[in-house]
Amino acid sequence: MYDARHTEAQVDQTETKISAKGVQVYYGDTHAIKDVDVEIADKTVTAFIGPSGCGKSTFLRCLNRMNDTIDICRVQGDILIDGEDIYDRRVDPVQLRAKVGMVFQKPNPFPKSIYDNIAYGPRIHGLAKNKADLDVIVEKSLRRGAIWNEVKDRLHAPGTGLSGGQQQRLCIARAIATEPEVLLMDEPCSALDPIATAQVEELIDELRLDYSVVIVTHSMQQAARVSQKTAFFHLGNLVEFDDTTKIFTNPEDPRTESYITGRIG
Amino acid sequence: MTDATNNPPRHKTSLHTVDARTKRRNASEARFKMYGMTAILIGLAFLAILAVSIIRAGTPAFTRTVFDMELTLTQAEFEAAEKQLMKTKAYQAVFIDQLSAKLTEQNVQVAFDGKAIDRLLGKIGGDLRAHYRANPGDLGKPVQFTLPASSRVDGYFNGKVTRDTLVDSRFLEVSDLDLVDALHEAGIIHSAFNWTFITAADSSVDNPGGAGIGASVVGSFFMMIVVLGLSLPIGVAASIYLEEFAPKNRFTDLIEVNIANLAAVPSIVFGILGLAVFIQFMHLPNSAPLVGGLVLTLMTLPTIIISTRAALKAVPPSIRDAALGVGASKMQAVFHHVLPLAMPGILTGTIIGLAQALGETAPLLLIGMVGFVAREYPDGLAEGFLNANSAMPAQIYTWAARADSAFYDKAWGGIIILLIFLLTMNIIAILLRRRFERRW
Repeated sequence: MYDARHTEAQVDQTETKISAKGVQVYYGDTHAIKDVDVEIADKTVTAFIGPSGCGKSTFLRCLNRMNDTIDICRVQGDILIDGEDIYDRRVDPVQLRAKVGMVFQKPNPFPKSIYDNIAYGPRIHGLAKNKADLDVIVEKSLRRGAIWNEVKDRLHAPGTGLSGGQQQRLCIARAIATEPEVLLMDEPCSALDPIATAQVEELIDELRLDYSVVIVTHSMQQAARVSQKTAFFHLGNLVEFDDTTKIFTNPEDPRTESYITGRIG
Repeated sequence: MTDATNNPPRHKTSLHTVDARTKRRNASEARFKMYGMTAILIGLAFLAILAVSIIRAGTPAFTRTVFDMELTLTQAEFEAAEKQLMKTKAYQAVFIDQLSAKLTEQNVQVAFDGKAIDRLLGKIGGDLRAHYRANPGDLGKPVQFTLPASSRVDGYFNGKVTRDTLVDSRFLEVSDLDLVDALHEAGIIHSAFNWTFITAADSSVDNPGGAGIGASVVGSFFMMIVVLGLSLPIGVAASIYLEEFAPKNRFTDLIEVNIANLAAVPSIVFGILGLAVFIQFMHLPNSAPLVGGLVLTLMTLPTIIISTRAALKAVPPSIRDAALGVGASKMQAVFHHVLPLAMPGILTGTIIGLAQALGETAPLLLIGMVGFVAREYPDGLAEGFLNANSAMPAQIYTWAARADSAFYDKAWGGIIILLIFLLTMNIIAILLRRRFERRW
């Protein structure tokens, strides 16, 4: 939670991981996302901020095609990951989601043991050849999820018996167990207390070294703390997208300024 | 900057006095609670009346009166009897001789003749002859016979037949009751648990004593196997498809409405459908448990589909999101996560559907499982499905429709057996629910 991070971050922002061009999303007749262009860099934390209902979660769910599960949802435009269109007919959303992991707003561990929660993804993707491999993956994921020390003695206890903050870190560990390249987080701290939030934020900062992390958040302080890039959404439009420091100190658009100073939203 | 500041000052009210409005609200709440309690009490009272009357009327079916007699037939007596023209009469004469001897030995004075023995025990000579012809080794040795008394004697022991109400008939005369009392005193005749009722097949109209529910329990069992084997996989697969995979459009809406309506269709309609399709069109055998099972499957499917869909709907969508989020396919999400969570609901629905099917009589009426009286057990699995049989509710219906009041007891006893099965199934449903229930 020190500000020097913003400067060190600049170094890593090299290649583009996700690139969206002219994305439109409709829910039935409602035009939820209007012509959004955005370039998300690899090994960077990108924050989406904006008032409720501005479309930031909707856009996030486009990035791993979770919107496919909503019948009335239509997506137009191009979203490229490593230059490949993820809405191409040849793309199987299942493979895509193995590459683009997701953490949800409410902690949603499976009603199974902690071990099985983590092992589920690697099992269905065939990442472990045997039980020993799987044990290694589970331990590694839980360590990276910063929860290993708390659960190592009760791996076979139900995941639902953990506290809210632990459950969310378990969900993050579950998401990284499948070795994704991008990690999407939809308000991961909204159900957590400040201490758990701090732990999760610290974790996000570590994950940045390996993943491209996209985080939707309602807390501007959180965006300022964890991200290097920030996108401000308003009424379905991407209003401004720039370095986090720039957005919070010197925004170009008057709407962005009003929002971060608390006048709209 | 609201207008609230302009309001007149509030009255000071005490929390220690209850105002009229609160009093009215409390009174109406108390009234409502009372209505609820009354409703529950009335319900419980009816339940108690039902249970007591079923048990009172049904228990006689579980006891029967038997003659316990030790009989010795010598080789000479056997040969003599076999030479006679009326062979069974000769065996009866031996029986009467030895019975008289026994009574004299115990100092019981009573006069009786062969006709009285006929009325109390039926044509006993034939049974004795059959026994000795099958087991020649028993000749010359004392053999313990347990012979069932006629159902009138059962009635006398149960208090159904009394001296005041008895009218002399070819079934029972008042003087026979003296003989029964004397035999009871001598310890020759007594009440015993009626295993025949549980294990035997149905009997002819004039032999209520030999009637049992066993064969129709087997019939019901085979029907339930068909129902479970067809309706569970079909129902669960249909609901999973409709709930998780099917597109939501006009056509699936139509299917949904139709399933809901099918659940409310009277069972006799399914019966006549089964008659037309399975028997008249497909030429499956009449009165077969297979056909009964097919008809009951049609009836049970909507119940299972509706409860399964409700159970699937109740699984929080966050679980589906979580599974899809780690890259599970839709089918993996459903089968690995949603279905296990929906399991308790599915099982409860299935067992309720099965219990409903088990107690159903009307459709069986139309496919001929009521008119048929199962006289023997099916031999093997295929025969169990294809040979004519009855089912528990149909057997009860048949007994209740017979003129002889002794069958009336059997009908009530059958209801007790049926209820025991239903109760067991419900307990299994509750246990399975507990077993599979998980919190999330």
